[in-house]
Amino acid sequence: MLTLSGVDAFYGNVQVLRGMALDARPGEILCLLGRNGAGKTTTLKTIMGLVRARGGSVTLDGEDLTTLPAHEIPKRGIGYVPQGRRLFAEMTVAENLEIGLMTRGRGRVVRERMLDLFPLLRDRMKQVSGTLSGGEQQMLAMARALCLEPRVLLLDEPTEGLQPSMIALIRDVVVELRGSDTAVILVEQRVDAVLSIADRVVFIENGTPRETVDATILRDDPALVQRYVGIG
Amino acid sequence: MDLIALLPFDLPHPALLAAGMLEGTVLAAVLALTALGLSIVFGIMRVVNVAHGEFYMLGAVLAWFVTHTVSGTVGGPPWLGFAIALIVAPLIVAAMAALTDWLVLKRLDYDPEATIVATIGVLYIIQQLALTFYGPDARPVEAPFDFRVQLPWFGYSGYKLVVVGAAIALMLVVWLVLTRTKIGLVMRATQYDRETAQAFGIPVDKVYAGVFALGAALAAIGAVLIVPIQQAHYLMGGDPLLLSFIVVILGGLGSLKGTLVAAIFIGLSDGIISTLYEPTLAKILATLLVAMVLVFRPQGLFGARAA
Repeated sequence: MLTLSGVDAFYGNVQVLRGMALDARPGEILCLLGRNGAGKTTTLKTIMGLVRARGGSVTLDGEDLTTLPAHEIPKRGIGYVPQGRRLFAEMTVAENLEIGLMTRGRGRVVRERMLDLFPLLRDRMKQVSGTLSGGEQQMLAMARALCLEPRVLLLDEPTEGLQPSMIALIRDVVVELRGSDTAVILVEQRVDAVLSIADRVVFIENGTPRETVDATILRDDPALVQRYVGIG
Repeated sequence: MDLIALLPFDLPHPALLAAGMLEGTVLAAVLALTALGLSIVFGIMRVVNVAHGEFYMLGAVLAWFVTHTVSGTVGGPPWLGFAIALIVAPLIVAAMAALTDWLVLKRLDYDPEATIVATIGVLYIIQQLALTFYGPDARPVEAPFDFRVQLPWFGYSGYKLVVVGAAIALMLVVWLVLTRTKIGLVMRATQYDRETAQAFGIPVDKVYAGVFALGAALAAIGAVLIVPIQQAHYLMGGDPLLLSFIVVILGGLGSLKGTLVAAIFIGLSDGIISTLYEPTLAKILATLLVAMVLVFRPQGLFGARAA
């Protein structure tokens, strides 16, 4: 289980996270909701060690991640799909997947599994990833992160700017992860998309977790969502 | 009508032109190697290494020390000293570059502006250390072998042709490493997106140290190859630094293909113009060309335009 406890994080001298706390359990989809600038992306970056936590702790099954250098954290089994995909745009699809496979020493079998999951990529292996369509790029970003066979997968707005068919595909893959005991932490702006697949939702305000609510309760009471994020 | 007679200048003798082209090819080969080091460092780390020429000088000076020790003190043949220098000098220079990365660049978080100033400091430190321990004299290194290749007009140094071959082979190795190996993949991933590279387990600090060491080692190898042709001197880093910058700006910062094409162009033009006219004229024209490129195509001939 991934646990954040009392995490403080800063950009320069500006404090962005104030006592952030959450836990993501195996086989669970945990969604982070909040207004723009609430600290959702920073939470994910702090878990990855890309923003250093100055206070509190981030632990994975009891191991403190805050003392590890950033490049050691994915090796512990945390996969990351950053906002805007952040593919290695001048590399081919195959090379992007290779980077994902190298992270935890995974091989051909895992790569084949990814290509079965996203068959469109199979025909694009030699294509430079920056020339893929938005949806294909998102598939590649997901596949690259899943090449780690992660215990925890962090997804930062994976459906941003995608057409409905692609959103459905991404959604299906995320739901499927539940069966593989992977914990998913999902940051999304689209509340409807979140509520249909989430198990629990953490509402974040000014870098602080206001409340953690079961998604079933939110599905029955949209006014609650309205209260926390002002959208519905 | 004899068109050649109408030209307002005398055409150079073919022998002189061939000599200029050969000298230019040797210069181009060593320059390409040195500029490649500078280009790789900038391309991957975004660090403009002003001390690059001093790593070149250090390679030459160390080559003198090694060959002098092997030939003078131990009494070994020139080829043995040279072969040892070709391995030892780049390794020592690479280690010093890695130390510089750890002591200076890493602490500045590879900030592009701060590292320019810092590497200017490194330039003077290395230069003054060379002056202190090596002295102000230019000293020759004996070529590892001496044979001449007979051309239609004149005989030409076989060693210089071997230098061209060695430089081409080494550049081919670097290209293969960058494009065909896992180390190259990791280096390119770091180049494209440092943060995402870390999120996929790539130890960016170690990659940077390795890249900085590789860049310096390439300059040192270039220097060891050239030092039997030019003498080792503590101020010899200036010209290769200037020419490397010219090559890298012309070719496009970080572009391997651009670096090679520009090095061949600058090397050949420098060789031909220096042989037929004046070395200073060659530098003036090259610098003028850089100015034109910066005005009309700032990304260089093969560089990508900034978004």
